[in-house]
Amino acid sequence: MSMTRDIPAPVPRRRMPQSLIAARNIVAFLTRSPTSLFGLVVLALLILVALFAPLIATHDPYAQNLQATLQPPSGTHFFGTDELGRDIFSRLVHGSRITLTIISLVTVVVGPLGLFFGTVAGYFGGKVDTVLMRITDIFLSFPSLILSLAFVAALGPSLNNAIIAIALTAWPPIARLARAETLTFRQADYIAAARLQGASSARIIWKSIVPMCLPSVTIRLTLNMATVILTAAGLGFLGLGAQPPLPEWGAMIATGRRYMIDSWWLVTFPGIAILCVSLAFNLLGDGLRDALDPKQMNKR
Amino acid sequence: MRLDRRRLNGIAEQGVSIFVTLFGLLILTFVIGRIMPVDPVRAIVGEDATREVYENVYRQLGLDKPMWQQFLLYMRDVVTLDFGTSIRTGQPVLQDIARVLPATIELATFAILIGAGLGTPLGVIAAVNKDRWPDQLIRVISLMGHSMPIFWTGMIALLVFYANLGWVGGSGRMSQFYIGLVPERTNFLLIDSALAGEWEVFRSAINHIILPAALLGYSSSAYITRMTRSFMLDQLGQEYVTTARVKGLSRRQTVWRHAFGNIRVQLVTIVALAYGALLEGAVLIETVFAWPGFGQYLTSNLLIGDMNAVMTCVLIVGVIFIGLNILSDILYRVFDPRTR
Repeated sequence: MSMTRDIPAPVPRRRMPQSLIAARNIVAFLTRSPTSLFGLVVLALLILVALFAPLIATHDPYAQNLQATLQPPSGTHFFGTDELGRDIFSRLVHGSRITLTIISLVTVVVGPLGLFFGTVAGYFGGKVDTVLMRITDIFLSFPSLILSLAFVAALGPSLNNAIIAIALTAWPPIARLARAETLTFRQADYIAAARLQGASSARIIWKSIVPMCLPSVTIRLTLNMATVILTAAGLGFLGLGAQPPLPEWGAMIATGRRYMIDSWWLVTFPGIAILCVSLAFNLLGDGLRDALDPKQMNKR
Repeated sequence: MRLDRRRLNGIAEQGVSIFVTLFGLLILTFVIGRIMPVDPVRAIVGEDATREVYENVYRQLGLDKPMWQQFLLYMRDVVTLDFGTSIRTGQPVLQDIARVLPATIELATFAILIGAGLGTPLGVIAAVNKDRWPDQLIRVISLMGHSMPIFWTGMIALLVFYANLGWVGGSGRMSQFYIGLVPERTNFLLIDSALAGEWEVFRSAINHIILPAALLGYSSSAYITRMTRSFMLDQLGQEYVTTARVKGLSRRQTVWRHAFGNIRVQLVTIVALAYGALLEGAVLIETVFAWPGFGQYLTSNLLIGDMNAVMTCVLIVGVIFIGLNILSDILYRVFDPRTR
């Protein structure tokens, strides 16, 4: 740092922060593979559609029209209408907001929770580690859908409770990862230096360890998104997630099931939407793994 | 001698850890059971019971005791395998589950056969052709299986293969008019019908199981493919593979005999874990296919708040999961000569 101060900067160009450069490189790498590109495009589309849902939707997603029930796809109703004459395209468009809400809320809860348990267990080690990792193991010994089912059953079916239930079941892998990362830094010199300066454990974890865990935790969260979306849709399908008339995709499939034989469009389009988004996250996660694998990065 | 002691210690340590996990499982189901908004007393006595009856049942269930005593009571019930009666069927929960579980095991076993039969060769092919088009294609195929909402695929498959093409049987375990024809001995329909010599029922059962099992198998093959690929890549990068090729072995023999031979142990553990994960898909696919198994039992009780049944199901899933983990561990020890 002191060296750069002595040399007058020839170009007063503002340098991008290191993290932004890294992000740009990763995106550049991702766009080079067709599968990751598909993932990026679908996600961008999801976010755009969710942001501008009222502008994109051609109808009110809740407006019933009993004169036009179960209409096949046409010029006025791109994806047809459901049993109450509601426009399926508009419902799908508005449903993207619910999907996005679920994803972001789960991330907001799961990230910090997993980081907290993982870093604390890894930093202190010993008994704290044993106890915390035991708790993690117990949660990991269930398939996530079954545990979410149990939580939703206990809390009562609703969209919020489904989100809570999914969050409660999704943090253990994050905690495991954060712990593994912490273990590799714990003995590092800079941590020892911070400790010698008299920094408290809480400060060391927050200032020195958590930032180091963030990249890998972020990737893991992305990879988990596909599972989160499928679990949420599954809960919705079983009638334990978002309740009617909310246009949640899984719940739409559940109601469309009764009319499936004659009106295929009721279940087909919401299903394709779920498939696309979850596939997008999977492809993106796959690409991210390659992008952050140093061997792969050098090869390009 | 010293080695033996170390091994014993290892087994003891594992025993303790299994015990602790099981104990944690109990705490978890207990806690979930307590935060229920459903009043367990009301569920038993009904809406218009007198206050006296209510109080009686309240005490009988031990709800007046402090939490830790309630937990001890719960533990006693679990240890003596007394899970109470289901409100919906009026029968002991354990008896109910014993009746429905075979249907799910039958489905899951069929599915894992398909999943492993599909996933393993695909994984090997992907590894051998790393980064070439077969690898990319297989990656997309398996990610599709991993990304599809299985309840939706189930419906679409029913629509196409049953309603339109008529290739397979519809929902349920067999055609309606066969129900009750075969004496229930094991509750595994394929076994029962074969034992009774009812080959038409057997054929009907195969016709009905093939579609849900194929879908479940496809979804689990995604995981098996990915793991097989990465195990194979590890092996193919090692020197003995080059040596085998140099000494004149054919490519096929090197890959299948040598490299694949070395990953069999790891594969067995993966398949055991995938089998457990099938339970999750089974919950959804059973609802779609009206499959009278464990998953359907769980969800139908969930919707009416039959908590005895639900919590027992959750506990059993947890125990099955832990059991499969231990099993895969044991298989690893038995088959891998290095751990001996």
